[in-house]
Amino acid sequence: MTRDSSPAPILEVRALTRRFGGVVALDGLDLAVRPGTVTALIGPNGAGKSTAFQCVSGVIPPDGGQVLFQGRDITGWRPDRITGAGLVRSFQIARGIPRLTVLENLLLYGPAQPGEGVISAILRPAAMRAREEALRERAKAVAARLNLTRVLDNQAAALSGGQKKLMEIGRALMAEPKLLLLDEPVAGVNPSLSAEIATHIGSLRDEGMTVLIVEHHMDFVASLCDPVIVMAEGRFLVQGSFAHVAADARVQEAYMGRRVHA
Amino acid sequence: MDAYLIAMLVFAGFYALMALGLNVIWGLTGMVNLGLVGFFALGAYASALLTTKLFWPMPLGWAAGAVVAAAAGAVMALIVARLRGDYLAIVTLGFAEVIRLTASNEIWLTNGTDGISGIPGPWRGDVSPPEFNLIYLGIVWTAVAVVFVLLARLSHSPFGRVLRAIREDEDVAAVAGKPVLWFKVRAFTIGAAVLGGAGALYAHYNAYIAPDGFAPLLTIYIVLALTAGGVGAMRGAIIGALFVIALLESTRFLSAIIPGVSPVQKAALREGAIALSLILLLRFRPQGLIPEKTRTKAFP
Repeated sequence: MTRDSSPAPILEVRALTRRFGGVVALDGLDLAVRPGTVTALIGPNGAGKSTAFQCVSGVIPPDGGQVLFQGRDITGWRPDRITGAGLVRSFQIARGIPRLTVLENLLLYGPAQPGEGVISAILRPAAMRAREEALRERAKAVAARLNLTRVLDNQAAALSGGQKKLMEIGRALMAEPKLLLLDEPVAGVNPSLSAEIATHIGSLRDEGMTVLIVEHHMDFVASLCDPVIVMAEGRFLVQGSFAHVAADARVQEAYMGRRVHA
Repeated sequence: MDAYLIAMLVFAGFYALMALGLNVIWGLTGMVNLGLVGFFALGAYASALLTTKLFWPMPLGWAAGAVVAAAAGAVMALIVARLRGDYLAIVTLGFAEVIRLTASNEIWLTNGTDGISGIPGPWRGDVSPPEFNLIYLGIVWTAVAVVFVLLARLSHSPFGRVLRAIREDEDVAAVAGKPVLWFKVRAFTIGAAVLGGAGALYAHYNAYIAPDGFAPLLTIYIVLALTAGGVGAMRGAIIGALFVIALLESTRFLSAIIPGVSPVQKAALREGAIALSLILLLRFRPQGLIPEKTRTKAFP
């Protein structure tokens, strides 16, 4: 798999930098995600994967560099604008809104609801009710797809760990993403649910969505993701199929540490 | 006794309005506001000054009180956009004190600590004082009812859903595609408008306002009312206001029936009884008298 034969990337990150005090989390990161792929972003702890997600999704601003989504420069945009453009992320530790129900958590991510204006909220015009009904139908479809139908009316706080992970994906789907950023979707999830989540993500790709995943479970990455991008010390290291990057000496070195030459 | 009861119910209405206003800002959106008495004071002074100095009609004065407080609320929301929790509490508390000290010192405008007297009241002078109280009781609780209906609709709408999400986790609300600051500004503006309107109504009931009437203690009472009633639930705000007024007033009589204590001890007993009731309530019903409930159901 070569990078040359690919169509224009849906996401391109150029020379992205971000420091936290004296710690350089991102040190000129370059990467590109091709449309229609499930791409993995892996690397040892502290490589800067989560920071890259934070900067790309607008939750924290980068110090320098560029983020291009569908060819448009979205560097430094607010998260709500980035979501509106079609780039939606999930959170690593499932951050359901605990006191809202699963249905409300899903509805929250629904775009273009006129009832989010004060006047419409009070007067409840037909447009608002119709939109709410459409969003409910979609929320139910998303829930059915992710096996969350039974818990739709439960508070998010009452979900199991695995269900929270599924809801995290479901919420992002409600925002109609073109590119879905999943931050450790199977961390702490049992193997059978992990396989189920892999199936869900695979079918999203088959429907034309692009997915970028940060994950530490290598079985999951190997079975689902192609290509795999490896980063280390805040930079791009290597990209290719899982077998290709796993065999790369630099990757082994990044994960295992350098051999000390006496 | 009747007159006393009616006066207390009028005050319960002011408390209920303030608790409703605070509920939008703090209960729904999660922005701590320990400066609510400042917005209450702004509304009171705006309406009092406009009706006594410029002879505006009372309803216009009330509306102006709400608008002035709302404008201050919008500015406040922008200033504190990045603050949360304790820091928000400090800034808002400071705001209320600034309003009170300004009212004490800008004598050319506010008559300083002497306050403004002779604020007109509806049909005051034309009717007997008990009748005036009854009329005002009707006005205040009509206002409570209207505000309650409007805010309950807001709360159980997609707008309210976003406010709750911001309260629980701002980052998630932003990633959900919601412009968080714009929602906060609107919530603060609406809440401050209600607080200002309550202040305006208070000024015209009391006929007299002075900076002393807007001490931080009032803020604490309203925060207690909302905590007791149930944070986030609009019905809880009203029940909580009635509860706090009942608590404040009934303990007056409680200490009178206990024999063999000095007046100083009675005052201490009263405050102890108030504190104990609230501690017991929060121990055994931390969600408040009326817990926040959601009405969005997938399977009704």
